[in-house]
Amino acid sequence: MGFKDYCFKKSLWVFHFGGASCNNCDIEILDCLTPRHDLERFGILLVGSVRHADVLLVNGSINKRDKERLLEIYHQAPRPILVVAIGACGCTGGIFAEGMTFAGPVDKIIPVDAYIPGCPPKPEALIAGIVKLAGRK
Amino acid sequence: MAIDLFYFFVFPGLIFAAITGAFLSWFDRKITARVQFRKGPPLLQPFYDFFKLLLVKETILPKMGSPVVFLLAPVFSVFGATMAGVFILLPLFNITTGFRGDLLVIFYLLTIPSFSYIIGSLASGNPLASVGASREMKLIISYELTFLLVIAGIIMKAGQLFDLNSIISIQQAGTPFIGSLSGVLLFIAGIFCLQAKLGLVPFDMAEAETEITEGMFIDYSGSAYAMIKLTKYIMLFILPAFIVALFMNGFRLEGINILWAILKIIVVVLLLTLIRNTNPRVKIKQAVKFFAIWMNLIAVIAIVLIAFGY
Repeated sequence: MGFKDYCFKKSLWVFHFGGASCNNCDIEILDCLTPRHDLERFGILLVGSVRHADVLLVNGSINKRDKERLLEIYHQAPRPILVVAIGACGCTGGIFAEGMTFAGPVDKIIPVDAYIPGCPPKPEALIAGIVKLAGRK
Repeated sequence: MAIDLFYFFVFPGLIFAAITGAFLSWFDRKITARVQFRKGPPLLQPFYDFFKLLLVKETILPKMGSPVVFLLAPVFSVFGATMAGVFILLPLFNITTGFRGDLLVIFYLLTIPSFSYIIGSLASGNPLASVGASREMKLIISYELTFLLVIAGIIMKAGQLFDLNSIISIQQAGTPFIGSLSGVLLFIAGIFCLQAKLGLVPFDMAEAETEITEGMFIDYSGSAYAMIKLTKYIMLFILPAFIVALFMNGFRLEGINILWAILKIIVVVLLLTLIRNTNPRVKIKQAVKFFAIWMNLIAVIAIVLIAFGY
């Protein structure tokens, strides 16, 4: 593993895109930053602008209006960008998969690098997913 | 010529200030984590962040703005911070004596990073960036007068001497300026000016993450953002060093005094970090009022006390 990949792995900055979520996954993502789990000890930081992001966390079911926003956000992000689909809705569509306004799970819209299933996934599962993603690079 | 380039690029200048500033930035993040009962990032985290931004990430240019100005602004900010760092650190490390009137040169050079952030963010053509830039302008207008009053108080205390080297030597011959009532008042005003200059929390409305999504730096990515990070690291070292030179006797670089020099810098950074962790972000209106009324009042009271010899 080269120096560049090592630096990238050690400093993943995440940007959070919430689709039409029921908020449980959002809360679990925020749980990762609290004292008990503390993602900053791995160098993971929540940033406010997608221009600074290395990882795009997408959760919630993506409906037709969200789809345009998600594509715009994805095209605004600087490469290399990793995409993580979080929760049952992000991975497959969950209970909304047959809904009228549903625009397909995340991987039909943008390429996804990691899936973290669960409704909602536990913070430990989120950390495990991100660590596996970093180790794969 | 060669020695000047060495001063600028290697020893008190770019590389030294950036490495020291990166470690201080780690210290700042670690103390923040400890205050919040977290564990905090590893020691080399600022270096990982910087090299990731510089080497790995793509730099995106604005479509609607001016790409040349957008890219030149971070370079100018690094230049301004390094230049100010050289002028502060050369007398502080007792390498050269500086020149007459270098306090005012340092004062002007320290504003260059803020101005280049404003120019760069306005060149990006992003509405949120221009909101951030307008807030930063108001903040500069409010804190610069206080900072100038603090420097004026120091000059009066040192007996109308305008160069950093003689201010340090006067303190080393007598007592440090912080050991008197007027010195304490000036130190309080100076610390709050530093907080605003560094963009730390009570006065970070120009780069508010949650409110206007990083404000001025919203459109910077990749190596341009790495330059901004580098400026922030350098500023986090040279501004506490400037305060140490003005109030706390400067550095003496022999024997045990090296430890004291490091401790002084760390104490100032610790103070800034604790202020940042125990205060909410204020509105720009409140910040202007805070500096224009209260901090200026404190600085003026201190100058009057100095005139009476306290």
